[in-house]
Amino acid sequence: MSEGARVLALDGIEKSFGPVVVLRGVELACHAGEVHAVLGENGAGKTTLMRILLGVEHADRGTMTLAGKPYAPRGPADARRSGVAMVPQERTLCPHLDVVENIVLGIEPAGMLGVLRGRDARALAEQSLALVAGPGRISLDARAGDLSVADQQLVEIARALAQGGTSARVLVLDEPTASLGKSDADRLFERVKALAESGLAILLVTHFLADVRAHAVRYTVLRDGKVHGAGDPREVAAEVIVREMLGRELLSVRAEAEARRPPDAAGDTLLDVRALRGEKKPREATFVLKRGEILGIAGLVGSGRTELLRAILGLDERTSGDVVTNAPRGIGLLSEDRGGEGLMLGRSIADNIALSPRGPFVVNPAATRAAGTRWIAELSVRTSGPDQHVGELSGGNQQKVQIARMLREDFDVLLVDEPTRGIDVASKAQVLELLRELARKGKGIVLVSSQLDELVSTCDRIAVLRHGELGPARPAAEWDEQELLLEAAS
Amino acid sequence: MIGSIAQLRATRRPAWLGPLVALLAVYAVFAIITPEHSFLRPQIFLTMARQSVVLGLCALGMTLVIVTGGIDLSTGSLVALTTVVLAKMLKGGSSPAVAVACAVGVATLVGAFVGVCVGRFRLMPFVVTLGTMAVLRGSAIGLANEQKIDCDPRGLDHVLEASLSSPGIWTALALAAVVALVLGYTRFGRHVFAVGSNEAAARLCGIDTGRVKILVYALSSLLVGIAGVMEFSTLTVGDPTDSVGLELDVIAAVVIGGAPLAGGEGSVLGSVFGALLIIVIRTGAVHMGMPSWVQYIVTGVIIFVAVAVDSARRRTRA
Repeated sequence: MSEGARVLALDGIEKSFGPVVVLRGVELACHAGEVHAVLGENGAGKTTLMRILLGVEHADRGTMTLAGKPYAPRGPADARRSGVAMVPQERTLCPHLDVVENIVLGIEPAGMLGVLRGRDARALAEQSLALVAGPGRISLDARAGDLSVADQQLVEIARALAQGGTSARVLVLDEPTASLGKSDADRLFERVKALAESGLAILLVTHFLADVRAHAVRYTVLRDGKVHGAGDPREVAAEVIVREMLGRELLSVRAEAEARRPPDAAGDTLLDVRALRGEKKPREATFVLKRGEILGIAGLVGSGRTELLRAILGLDERTSGDVVTNAPRGIGLLSEDRGGEGLMLGRSIADNIALSPRGPFVVNPAATRAAGTRWIAELSVRTSGPDQHVGELSGGNQQKVQIARMLREDFDVLLVDEPTRGIDVASKAQVLELLRELARKGKGIVLVSSQLDELVSTCDRIAVLRHGELGPARPAAEWDEQELLLEAAS
Repeated sequence: MIGSIAQLRATRRPAWLGPLVALLAVYAVFAIITPEHSFLRPQIFLTMARQSVVLGLCALGMTLVIVTGGIDLSTGSLVALTTVVLAKMLKGGSSPAVAVACAVGVATLVGAFVGVCVGRFRLMPFVVTLGTMAVLRGSAIGLANEQKIDCDPRGLDHVLEASLSSPGIWTALALAAVVALVLGYTRFGRHVFAVGSNEAAARLCGIDTGRVKILVYALSSLLVGIAGVMEFSTLTVGDPTDSVGLELDVIAAVVIGGAPLAGGEGSVLGSVFGALLIIVIRTGAVHMGMPSWVQYIVTGVIIFVAVAVDSARRRTRA
């Protein structure tokens, strides 16, 4: 492929949020007609960079140039008018409106008094939809909410293109395949390639290395807010890209894992999951959890990690498979969504810890407080006292309150979803140490995390979840982060 | 393939069909059970049309509000305030045109205020209008010195009558048509649906969602103001204690009309049928000499049925 004209250039982009530096002098160039992948671990700064590109955030320093002219969008609508459009990871269609209405939303062709010109709207929608989907694949009159996820994705791309008008130059796709199956993902990439060939520059933000190697002609790796590698992904070995993304020496973690007690010291079986299948995800999960062990589950965004835990508990419907439990005291879930479903942020620490489906009908406030005080001491929660609202605590201390509740319930099995998300380094170590301590005391723990180092250093065995399918669990000492990432991203 | 076509047809079934069927069914029941078929006489239609005007006009505005995912609890208070302002101005010697313009203007300003609170300051519509409901009722009572205001209606008493030549009935019909057209065939109408369906998406597409909400609440209150004028035409006095709880009937009409309180859906025609249904039940019950508790229970049951049918329809589609 001959090199197209440079459409977008980012130069020395820097951005801080308070004392936290997120981007440190990022350079990026995008050319017409090519798919350019932006890679990086969680927290590497990809999202912030894209938000700056879309005008949602503004860079502290650095310049952007679009088609040779300085580019400084005031917001997403402004960016779209300039020809830079993004399809975000979460769905942003209006489910009640039909496909035409969604595509022309905000740019409705209208005449006098704002009266819609339906035929023009239809033509516009048809034209942009034709760029992303074969004729007849998506009905223009279907309600967006009735379409499959894959089709919704296509409509979103069509909308981004329509709203860029004739000036569409750069299309940003944020994890476009995260919620798609393999065949849908392939079809999407076919379309994306065709769009690129028509002269668009496409920025692909993703975790899926295999997609990048198959479909992108250029990549840039971000790590800790800096560019740590760039090139043609078809010519660079996957291992090299992974190393650029992780960037640390992995030996110490691995040695630690090897030094730990071997998994065969584990006791009787607590949880036996056989060919579990949920409504969409997981598609197939089989594993055994024994007393005293921590089973790690690695997987990318959208691989169905949270859905797996929810299906085990029965929070989401199972379509087939068995979950045999031998946990007389029950199974507890530590939610990744602390504020949303894990904790009552507006209630006190004592109330949060005391929350239970069991217990006496009449509550003794003094006893609740006393129990709260005990747990605060036990887990060294930093707080002014058991009456303090959980919402006022730091992320790490909130997490300890969530764990305290599970300990008070004395569950045999703990399903732990992203326990260190959004908490500082010191608390992170404490939380992980706490989990290991619990396993030593005879609990069985399933740990889901996107922090691979955390899995390798904490778990006894690790299995990889990919597109909803759980691979075999292998002793943690046999994995390292590179292998995990390669396995998950393939 | 056949399944998906059937599905498509199910989705495309107009939302007002259910309320229309319910309306016809309830009317038929009353027509059959009333002695001497008195429920079939033309005069009863005109009586019901007259009675539907206030509820229907308020339901037009409430449809806009509920489609955006909002709610307005101050409708009854605003109608009362409008009658008081109107009566006070007429008593002060204003011409009917000026008095009507001022009363409707006050109502519109109240709506704009609510819209700014909801659209710009992101306050919850329920709480904002719970507040305005009390403030407006208090203002109406204070403005009227805690009593009804008697005045010469100067012809306004003939605006709404149970006759074919009543301007009030034709105004209400015309406004229903205008609001239906605005909601269905203008850019603004599309944005109203978008805000209720997925506000973040609407904002992403460059729509000023706050402005849409301000316009919706102002427009809704404008319609409530006109309803207040119609109410005055019936009362011929300014009554600060009038229309207590009207908003609940209005919300019921819109919900029966097929608009979920979550927003994103709703139709003017459905809401109009919903309002007519409530009036048919009320008139029929009075006509039959049924005690008033019967009509409350029947209306309540219809709300349950409407919501249950709607929810079942959604589930089969999903």
